[in-house]
Amino acid sequence: MPETLDITDFRAQTRAWLEANCPPEMRTPMASEDDICWGGRNAKFSSAAQRLWLERMGERGWTAPTWPREYGGGGLTGSQAKVLAEEMRVMGCRSPLNSFGIWMLGPALLKFANEAQKREHLPKITRGEIRWCQGYSEPNAGSDLASLQTRAEDKGDHYLVNGQKIWTSYANKADWIFCLVRTDFEAKKHTGISFVLFDMASPGVTTKPIRLISGASPFCETFFDNVRVEKHNLIGTPGGGWEVAKVLLAHEREMISGLGGRVVSRPLGQVIAEMVGTDAHGKLADPILRARVAEFEVDEAAFASTLARFGDQTRAGQADPAFASAMKYYGSELNKRRHELLMSAGGSDALEWESDRSDHGAAARTWLRTKANSIEGGTTEVQLGVIAKRILGLPGA
Amino acid sequence: MALILTEEQTMLRDSARAFMADNAPITQLRKLRDTNDANGYSKPIWSSFADMGFTGVLVPESQGGLGLGMVEAGVVMEQIGHQLTASPFLASSVVAVSLIRHAGTVAQRDHWLPKLASGAVIATLAIDEGRKHQPDRIACKALKTATGFTLDGHKTFVIDGHVADLLLVAASTSGTGITLFMVPRSTPGVAVERVAMVDSHNAARITFTGVTLGHDAVLGAVDGGAAPLALALDAGRAAASAELLGLADEVFERTTAYLRQRKQFGRLIGEFQALQHRAAQLYFDIEMARASVLKALQAIDADPTTAADAVAVAKSRAGTSATLAVQEGVQMHGGMGMTDDFDIGFFMKRARVLQEYLGDSGFHADRLASMRGY
Repeated sequence: MPETLDITDFRAQTRAWLEANCPPEMRTPMASEDDICWGGRNAKFSSAAQRLWLERMGERGWTAPTWPREYGGGGLTGSQAKVLAEEMRVMGCRSPLNSFGIWMLGPALLKFANEAQKREHLPKITRGEIRWCQGYSEPNAGSDLASLQTRAEDKGDHYLVNGQKIWTSYANKADWIFCLVRTDFEAKKHTGISFVLFDMASPGVTTKPIRLISGASPFCETFFDNVRVEKHNLIGTPGGGWEVAKVLLAHEREMISGLGGRVVSRPLGQVIAEMVGTDAHGKLADPILRARVAEFEVDEAAFASTLARFGDQTRAGQADPAFASAMKYYGSELNKRRHELLMSAGGSDALEWESDRSDHGAAARTWLRTKANSIEGGTTEVQLGVIAKRILGLPGA
Repeated sequence: MALILTEEQTMLRDSARAFMADNAPITQLRKLRDTNDANGYSKPIWSSFADMGFTGVLVPESQGGLGLGMVEAGVVMEQIGHQLTASPFLASSVVAVSLIRHAGTVAQRDHWLPKLASGAVIATLAIDEGRKHQPDRIACKALKTATGFTLDGHKTFVIDGHVADLLLVAASTSGTGITLFMVPRSTPGVAVERVAMVDSHNAARITFTGVTLGHDAVLGAVDGGAAPLALALDAGRAAASAELLGLADEVFERTTAYLRQRKQFGRLIGEFQALQHRAAQLYFDIEMARASVLKALQAIDADPTTAADAVAVAKSRAGTSATLAVQEGVQMHGGMGMTDDFDIGFFMKRARVLQEYLGDSGFHADRLASMRGY
């Protein structure tokens, strides 16, 4: 479908602004994790250019392009945001800010927070001034998140929070936390939960990083020992936290499946052919591996089309939002398959855990890390249940 | 191009769905089989196809067709898949029309396309020569003579071969080239053996013994058949993928309906988590087939010469999804699924045949790998 004149104008203006304002250093691919900008009170910028890029995009609200301007967003329509993303991609512009505040908390605040809360928190998110972490899972409340037990006692003008969270990404680096707590222990499971925000620097908050089978990780255990939470930092209504949580979980799911899709890697078959070698006919030397790779590429291409179609249907108002669960389930399984194939191709070289040759076991660490893809953000088993109940209408609790 | 149907395509889908359900439901396939119908398809239904314009879906309007594209042809094929409608549509209206459009001279197109569009003439491509689809190995030979050619060889799995008026035969000429020949079925030396297939659809083995053909029997140019053949094969593959998709959808719908209604052990079997998870996995499998089939059809419409990758993905994926769907369809229906009286077995049989048609899932995965350089 051809662009409207308005959109063409917007594209030209956007291109011009990016040309003038995106520092050249911010148009090269990121070399390492250090090049990712998370913002926050203790942000350490890897360069002046990185800081400048965040400032400029934050000031324009283009760190959160579709959020309303009055809350620090860009006020763009969906089509305009798509154009912005395209122009940034063409120019090679890095994302100015990685942020759980933008990806997860913001949409929930826009939907459930009152005016004062929106004005307090949203602009700091878009400018990257405050870095957020998520307090959801507990050791005894994973897939069954609603059974969470972190207690928030009503003390009149504030809540007193006691308990523990697990799998809190970057808790040791975050400034604030959005947290699910139980405010009512008499009510039925889902209806006793509240959604609160508080400062990680509050007395009584401690964090402990979790090491994974793949090595170091951003995950932490987070402990709350008589932590004071102001009542005006409760989002929505007391006992209404589960509704807020659901919106956020849907966005988290989208974020996780989107992350998989964004990785534009070389065609797997070519990468593996280089690693394993080819025969006299130019075919991958290991015929069974070749077949596995070919079948993977068929599924990968089909998945990409499915993702594109879901986007098209969403824009046309034809999509079932529950389909995001289906995308997450398959995307995570596909990613695991990809790395199983890369490990097969890597042979014993890929098994070196600490050598420079293997880049300190990079391939092996990634392979191990992908095993969590089908567990985090809602396990595959949970997603299949969502598909069965919500899309297929199969019976049962 | 958005991977959704346009409004017009959606309307075509709805009218094709109603048409197939009203005029050509599964009961007609059962009847063709049980009465040992000599034609293997219903002439009145074929006539209705022509009235609806389906037979000319890919033929330009100037030559009596609807002037539409592969997406529209695929929409019709999907509905055929839902009802397992047996007709010469795939062979004649899609593959033969595509071959003549891509290979034929202007005169040949002007002569044949209107006849195919009206349904008056049925044509079919004879390509396979053994048990598996190997279009790069053509043993059928056409030797040059003073007046034309002599054709010798054997073709297998020629769909609608015994009812086609015109056979489009791929033969090897001068050792290196492929030439496409238009051979009326009634030509001396053409021996057609109708073969009853597992899916009760038409197929034939055809032997050519010293068949004398004039120069005018050449479709297009001598030794020029490879390129147009490749395009017509991709059109057939994409269309077959669409039928596989419709078939998978129908089976899945019937199976989930059964899960929601069958009771054992005091509860609906759809409550059992194992079945819920398998149904959910199958659901996504079919959605992936859906997206890749539409992508392939759109790719051909955009530029048939660059659609090969998308077609390989679609045929491979649709074959795998449909195979899983019919497997689960029979299994989840329990003992009943194994009875001939029950329809679900027909879908399993048709899916198996469509898998073999113009290359199965493995063939196309291999083709994809080769095209991508490994």
